Amino acid sequence: MSDLTRRTAAELSDLLAAGETSSVELTETHLARIEAVDGAVHAFLHVDADGALAAARASDERRAGGSSASPLDGVPIAVKDVLVTRGVPTTCGSRILEGWVPPYDATVVRRLRDAGLPILGKTNMDEFAMGSSTEHSAYGPTHNPWDLDRIPGGSGGGSAAAVAAFEAPLAVGTDTGGSIRQPGAVTGTVGVKPTYGGVSRYGLVALANSLDQAGPVTRTVLDAALLHEVIGGHDPLDSTSVDQPVPAVLEAARRGAAGDVSGLRVGVVRELTGDGYQSGVRQRFDEAVQLLVEAGADVVEVSCPSFVHALATYYLILPAEASSNLAKFDAMRYGLRVLPDGVEAPSAEEVMRSSRDRGFGDEVKRRIILGTYALSSGYFDAYYGKAQKVRTLVARDFAAAFEEADVLLSPTAPTTAFRLGEKLDDPVAMYLNDLATIPANLAGVPGISVPGGLAEEDGLPTGVQVLAPAMADDRVYRVGAALEAMLTARWGGPLLDGAPDLTGLTDATGVTA
Amino acid sequence: MPDISRDEVSHLADLARIDLSEQEIDHLAPQLAVILESVASISDVAADDVPPTSHPLPLTNVFREDVVRPGLTAEEALSGAPVPPEQQRFSVPRILGEEA
Repeated sequence: MSDLTRRTAAELSDLLAAGETSSVELTETHLARIEAVDGAVHAFLHVDADGALAAARASDERRAGGSSASPLDGVPIAVKDVLVTRGVPTTCGSRILEGWVPPYDATVVRRLRDAGLPILGKTNMDEFAMGSSTEHSAYGPTHNPWDLDRIPGGSGGGSAAAVAAFEAPLAVGTDTGGSIRQPGAVTGTVGVKPTYGGVSRYGLVALANSLDQAGPVTRTVLDAALLHEVIGGHDPLDSTSVDQPVPAVLEAARRGAAGDVSGLRVGVVRELTGDGYQSGVRQRFDEAVQLLVEAGADVVEVSCPSFVHALATYYLILPAEASSNLAKFDAMRYGLRVLPDGVEAPSAEEVMRSSRDRGFGDEVKRRIILGTYALSSGYFDAYYGKAQKVRTLVARDFAAAFEEADVLLSPTAPTTAFRLGEKLDDPVAMYLNDLATIPANLAGVPGISVPGGLAEEDGLPTGVQVLAPAMADDRVYRVGAALEAMLTARWGGPLLDGAPDLTGLTDATGVTA
Repeated sequence: MPDISRDEVSHLADLARIDLSEQEIDHLAPQLAVILESVASISDVAADDVPPTSHPLPLTNVFREDVVRPGLTAEEALSGAPVPPEQQRFSVPRILGEEA
């Protein structure tokens, strides 16, 4: 039953409940799909077949005994390689952590295990989540299932490609400046960045603590809501975790899918459209807005003048935090240790310098140096200090915009997927991919990207982003589900139905997958 | 805002404890200059009286009960050591210089 991989997680949950399939069958089917297509896609850095099948057997036994751990008990999932997994290698896409096997689980991972979801493996990512294309992975890029010569977005391109290529029904990603939402947009999938603090960061290897947030990567909004309910909620192990109930995202997704958006105030952010956005992206976005109008939403244009400075602000705050966070890779307690060439009895500091040179890739070095600069005495006030003030202005713009509108809308990414290699050595061009997604991270508000359709000029997926106030995650699900329902009806089926069938393709080495 | 020179990059790499090769410094310096130029726009955006935001949530002093909770065993904590531990300790290169 190879078509099990085409089902949504919600459908698989129903099939499991009805006894029409088993978790072992689902897990084996997805492992076979990974075997068949991942040579070409390279979404996974590590596949844990034994661990996944053991979890699947436990799930089937539980169900045979008349109980289940959660609505998703038995539905397999892929996890971004930035979340630590006890007994399963975690590299963060970096050489410096090659072969590291963490001795503990991230809270998100523990919740997945407690809820009975077999973990298929760990997905590829830009090194330490620094990037928008997955090309900065030390283990080679992930390929976009829509066109294997193109990027799958980043940093969570592996998670997005895994669900887009039907290698996993669900995945977890992390979003620091758009790393869940932008890959969602360019692969025709759904990605949610919850409210900052809505999902525990314990065991999430930090890129920028004040921006990082884990969230669902799926093919449908309902599936994202089901997963959100599993991974969300307060965690005493994360001191920045919000001590409030998870917003009613599942109910909101169901309500939205029924088409209920009447009376909803939708704000289109003037600063996040227009110049710099590909024409096909703009066209699909405008059509999505029009659909909401026809469904009874009140659409207004809102202005967030500080958003034009959000990208610059982010590229000071993020490197500053990252340079501090990555100082822990000192070659002493875990990770790579490389002795410098030609030094007899090198000191700990010399070993540290040489290990960090060998263990970190170009983009990581760039950002560590930049962050070290922004935090160094004499420049702190001019860079990091100023950036923190602009961050306040961005948050104020959101507050003012949410006075006028219940949700804000924009295209998720300014372009469709570009070609692998196209922007690799032009950091500023690469950073522009996160133009529309970054403001939400700076302010900590939730956002979703849903497929907006294919751009006319290149036939590649575009994304529509919905943003809501902090702890109003339910609104992004409601509007995301409404858009999904209306657009899917217009297309006559899910967008991914039009993606190429990957079986029989050859991988990068020329071997038939 | 100031430009960034080759010497500065070399100094920053030293502060960040990364042995950059001459070639890497040559490659990085102009890229960092372009990045800094592109972020320079923020210097005049916020008035002096705008308070800084370090964090999206206004949280202070998050405490837990002062009780013992499970943690890693010594073996688990040492399990990722880059060279085999000795007597339940990480083995590290010398810390002090020759002259010390």
